[in-house]
Amino acid sequence: MDKWEYSESIESDSIVSIQSKYGHFIDGKFSTPNSKKYLKTVSPSTEEVLASISVGNKNDVDSAVNSAKEGFKIWSKTSPSERAKYLYKLARLIQERSREFAVLESMDGGKPIKESRDFDLPQVAANFFYFAGWADKLDISWGTKEIKPYGVVGQIIPWNFPLLMLAWKVAPALATGNTVVLKPAETTPLTALLFAELCEEVGLPKGVFNLVTGDGTTGSELVNHEGISKIAFTGSTSVGKYIQNAVGERDIGLTLELGGKAANIVYNDAALDQAVEGVVNGIFFNQGHVCCAGSRLLLQEDIHDEFINKLEKRMQTLRVGNPLDKNTDIGAINSKEQLDKITSLVNEGVNDGGELFQIECALPSEGYWYRPSLFTNVQPSYNIAREEIFGPVLTTLTFRTPEEAVEIANNTEYGLSAGVWTEKGSKILWTADRLDAGVIWANTFNKFDPSSPFGGYKESGFGREGGRHGLLSYLKVRS
Amino acid sequence: MSNINGQTLTSPFSWASTIELLDGVKVDEIGVKERVSSLSTRSIKRESKLQALNYVVSMCDLTTLEGEDTEGKVLQMTAKAMRPDPTDDDVPSAAAVCVYPSLVSIAKEMTGNSNVKVASVSSYFPSGQVPLESKLLDTKYAIDEGADEIDIVINRKAFFEGDYRKVFDEIVALKEACKDKHLKTILEVGELRTYENIKKASLISLAAGSDFIKTSTGKISNGSSKEACLVMSKAVYEFKEITGFSAGIKVAGGIRNAKDAIRYLIIVKEELGEDWLDANYFRFGASSLLDDVLKQIRKLKTNAYQSSYYFPRG
Repeated sequence: MDKWEYSESIESDSIVSIQSKYGHFIDGKFSTPNSKKYLKTVSPSTEEVLASISVGNKNDVDSAVNSAKEGFKIWSKTSPSERAKYLYKLARLIQERSREFAVLESMDGGKPIKESRDFDLPQVAANFFYFAGWADKLDISWGTKEIKPYGVVGQIIPWNFPLLMLAWKVAPALATGNTVVLKPAETTPLTALLFAELCEEVGLPKGVFNLVTGDGTTGSELVNHEGISKIAFTGSTSVGKYIQNAVGERDIGLTLELGGKAANIVYNDAALDQAVEGVVNGIFFNQGHVCCAGSRLLLQEDIHDEFINKLEKRMQTLRVGNPLDKNTDIGAINSKEQLDKITSLVNEGVNDGGELFQIECALPSEGYWYRPSLFTNVQPSYNIAREEIFGPVLTTLTFRTPEEAVEIANNTEYGLSAGVWTEKGSKILWTADRLDAGVIWANTFNKFDPSSPFGGYKESGFGREGGRHGLLSYLKVRS
Repeated sequence: MSNINGQTLTSPFSWASTIELLDGVKVDEIGVKERVSSLSTRSIKRESKLQALNYVVSMCDLTTLEGEDTEGKVLQMTAKAMRPDPTDDDVPSAAAVCVYPSLVSIAKEMTGNSNVKVASVSSYFPSGQVPLESKLLDTKYAIDEGADEIDIVINRKAFFEGDYRKVFDEIVALKEACKDKHLKTILEVGELRTYENIKKASLISLAAGSDFIKTSTGKISNGSSKEACLVMSKAVYEFKEITGFSAGIKVAGGIRNAKDAIRYLIIVKEELGEDWLDANYFRFGASSLLDDVLKQIRKLKTNAYQSSYYFPRG
């Protein structure tokens, strides 16, 4: 029992209204699904069923793609500044209703309200504002008017940042004149469904944005639909590989943003207290459900003990619990399936010989939870040092020299992000130059901006989202 | 050497060991600001808020440090420190009153054997720009007048000239003059500016035997900051890890409302630990903070804000 306990400070859920059953959003309105199959989306923090969502079948996807084709006829002839107006309207509406979105995101996905409120929603609005600004500047951005949208874009997004990944994909696609069929993740469809309501509210022309809910079978129908000109996918590397094979023999654009096993390199000349904060943020942000999470801590050997001591002490202050409590740092694991995966990988790490530290804290009796965990005494050959755990589990490795740090950091099939901690500027540049990763943070971690391109090397994917470069994922350039 | 909490610092911590501490000092400014801003989003409601507000009252060094101070003014303030809200017995007394040396005896006469300590600034507060001999005289006078606690300033001239040894030696000498009295050393963080300077000055002060390190004299515009408090907390923690000695922190200078004060408590709880939620380890130096805290306490209990004239003048 703490001497000074923080009283519960719960963000009220009365602001959201969730329907018991949802259809798809096609041709500018919610429609009755052709598929009779439904699945339940549950709150991972209470296991309470929030709503039933349709598992879209071939016919549902077909209707959505046809709607998007019709929409493209209008949208591609809509003047760029008109397109921008719709995006600005959406951005402003998202800001106005950001509390509602944030609560819904935390209920459906389990992330702490302080993150959905202070990170996800501001970033979502920022992305719509940012890409709205590009809509009428595409010709000057590439120095040619010979830039064309793909047409109908199929977009499949993950469950870790449901609305933000929607924004990363939908905003640039619409700004560049494409129309969209979006499939949200099966465990987190609710904010995308609410976004569809906003599209209706701003009067977005019919067919420009379409939404088909469902599971992997729905995604597969979308990927294999002949009416699609481009697929943009964010998710696991295994599904990414499946998609790449599926579209391999078709004239179709593809961008993939996949897994990661990022190295967070801490040199002995770093500001250690702030590095501890950065390492904590790097792995425990959003319960570690982050593709660019700094999941491999690379410590210079001579600071290992001191750093681990500070880190464990800091981890112990993390507050795990109700995502809607404003003081919660770590929310619920997104699904039972993901919890099982984390548990099994951690058990494997212990069996391999890793030394496991988990914080002491009470966990709610309902819902899916995992204690923030830290592995030391890990060899690079252990699975926990190689496979993406996608949970609140940090794996520590050590190095002796900068050369060795780079070698270990690059010794992975992934290459999405990396972190470097040192007070020496030249060492930051030397290290960053040699890391095979799409995003490298120095003396900070998990910083995002709509103007900064994001994407991976190696099996972390290809194509970039965000920034001017992100526009190219939705444009064909010729000269 | 022992402080009021009965701890003993096995020292003086040698200058050679102090130098070693200073060599390793690295603080990242952006990281400090981010941590503070993240802790500032903590939402403190209901029971936890009332508890925090009572902590703030009990940690308050009610302060007047003006040329115009008189015995009458100091007596008013001391009476208020001893019984901040006469209508509510659950409100604790303040930790101390803080006055100039010439007003110590009159304050001490009133506090007598109560829980309220009398603190005096010395060492030619606020600038400290005199020779050590004068600072020692100033300090000895305050102690002879009956001060329980002494708030000194570090020698910023020496600090900026790079003469850390002189900063250290002066504090050692002043601590010796204080004997068993409680020594709070003011860093004047608004003058030190960088977080690395603040951390270095903290470590020098701790190694030289300070019982508390304190942010500011309150005589400059950028007195205290939550960032400085966080950096000082890290220094206190680091020093404890090495020596086993738990020093305290006093934040002073520009803390005027209850909400701000609670944010300092959050930093202390989450960075240093709950042992520091105690007037022996954490203090607020303030003149107007107490009134806002009392108002907030009554608001929580009665659900109505009351005007200042319901609270006795201090």
